[in-house]
Amino acid sequence: MCSLPVPREPLRRVAVTGGTHGNEMSGVYLARHWLREPGELQRPSFSAIPVIANPEATAACRRYVGRDLNRTFTSLFLNTRATADDPYEVTRARELNQLLGPKASGKAFDFVLDLHNTTANVGTCLIANAEHNVFAMHLCRHLQLQSPELPCRVFLHQLPGEESYSVNSVAKNGMVLELGPQPQGVLRADLFSRMRALVGSTLDFIELFNQGTAFSAFEMEAYRIVSPVDFPRTEDGDLAGTVHPQLQDRDFEPLQPGMPIFQMFNGKDVLYDRKTTLYPVFINEAAYYEKGIAFVQTEKLTLSVPALPALTPNPTTIP
Amino acid sequence: MTSCHFAEEPIKKVAIFGGTHGNELTGVFLVKHWLEDDAEIQRAGLEVKPFITNPRAVKKCSRYIDCDLNRVFNLENLGKTRSEDLPYEVRRAQEINHLFGPKNSEDSYDIIFDLHNTTSNMGCTLILEDSKNDFLIQMFHYIKMSLDPLPCYIYLIEHPSLKYATTRSIAKYPVGKEFPSCAIEVYKIMEKVDYPRNESGEIAAFIHPNLQDQDWKPLHPGAPVFLTLDGKTIPLDGDRTVYPVFVNEAAYYEKKEAFAKTTKVTLHAKRICSSLH
Repeated sequence: MCSLPVPREPLRRVAVTGGTHGNEMSGVYLARHWLREPGELQRPSFSAIPVIANPEATAACRRYVGRDLNRTFTSLFLNTRATADDPYEVTRARELNQLLGPKASGKAFDFVLDLHNTTANVGTCLIANAEHNVFAMHLCRHLQLQSPELPCRVFLHQLPGEESYSVNSVAKNGMVLELGPQPQGVLRADLFSRMRALVGSTLDFIELFNQGTAFSAFEMEAYRIVSPVDFPRTEDGDLAGTVHPQLQDRDFEPLQPGMPIFQMFNGKDVLYDRKTTLYPVFINEAAYYEKGIAFVQTEKLTLSVPALPALTPNPTTIP
Repeated sequence: MTSCHFAEEPIKKVAIFGGTHGNELTGVFLVKHWLEDDAEIQRAGLEVKPFITNPRAVKKCSRYIDCDLNRVFNLENLGKTRSEDLPYEVRRAQEINHLFGPKNSEDSYDIIFDLHNTTSNMGCTLILEDSKNDFLIQMFHYIKMSLDPLPCYIYLIEHPSLKYATTRSIAKYPVGKEFPSCAIEVYKIMEKVDYPRNESGEIAAFIHPNLQDQDWKPLHPGAPVFLTLDGKTIPLDGDRTVYPVFVNEAAYYEKKEAFAKTTKVTLHAKRICSSLH
């Protein structure tokens, strides 16, 4: 397996984005706070800038206004000519591409950390594109070690061959912090504090790296996307049932063949008919009903992550 | 024939409303299911009609289109001349009043059950608007007993200065089978508490982790209520213990309600029976 090139220079240009979905309140309130008081985002070797990624959706407290901003950073939208009919988020994606990108160019930001909430019971979830992103894997490990009492799971969300589409993909590197469960439009103090601490630890990790720290190789569990599963639906496309009570809130727990996954409104149970055990994530996320996703199947892997070499000639190795 | 307090006609017409708020999905999907197959809601001698009250909001999966349908059933709105300029929900309220009311008339439906969800941790809650209504108290008592041991809380929102004008208020309530006198414990609203805000009106503190999800649990003076961004705790003022409800309901941020204070009260209902026997 070949790895993505690790950074060979300090990371100087870092952004933290909140309000990519305007009703995911931890990131919205954190970004608003940091726009007024950016001190917390400063480190000796760099400062992260806070950005409200989707200001109109944030003002309306909605996920999006025209289309999901976090699915709009593909070349189809970024590189085509602007028209008067473009949805708000297409225009905004192009603006963010100018601010934080351009995507896939040498001028792009070094790292974008994107803040999200979900109605699903994922706890603390770190979402990276794939395991060959060695820098991101070491960052995940660092975050796990900061709160050993709290399960902090790594979800690799990109399908093979799929073009990246999210806010953090415009930068050279990036990751998503996803905390749940939190209803849309609600701000929970516990998740807010946890998100704030995770951002702080992320910036601490980048600072450590910039100061010439090397990080040893290690092994880590991760959950890699297999495929989504839709709700049972009527001919009109409406829901015919919902997530079974025995699956509800069981994100990251093994789902075995024969276990109930849906409860139909007529009372019948639908059982899981795959031949292997997989691990469901994003179970009953409100925003995914319209995307045809009741939950996402993942496989659990043990990753062997190679060392992250230090920037300077005299490394201080942290095991 | 037993004599009783109310000897009126038995209940004939009941409605079950879902989708009064389009994003509160339990009621939406229950009513949609019953519109296809109503076997489980039919009872002998009773007409039970399931109904989606705010179809446009349901389609959009949002609470409302122009304004909260569940705040517009007052006589002023219901009496306005029908016009396309009126907010969608006011026009809809007029239609619903026509179908199930009119409010305060003889032809109105006997009972309406309106199904809702909340982002607050309120479990199973029955909302009562009239503390003097023996039939409703008896009905709530019956429901509570049926659900036991699952807790079922009764929230009394009758208050001199509180105007709700909800869908519930357009039906009248005559009596049914005989039930002996009973008493129920209810949580009566005292006041609503807003979030602390800064000069620009933005929220400056959130529900404290100690209060989050603690609906119905006693909250004592001095206990943490809000937590500011810089970690300062704001305690409960006053000198009495209250019972908080609707703690951190998403839809109430715009209504400036972080939670509501309630006090525990016991309501009594006389024996009731129908006139038929």
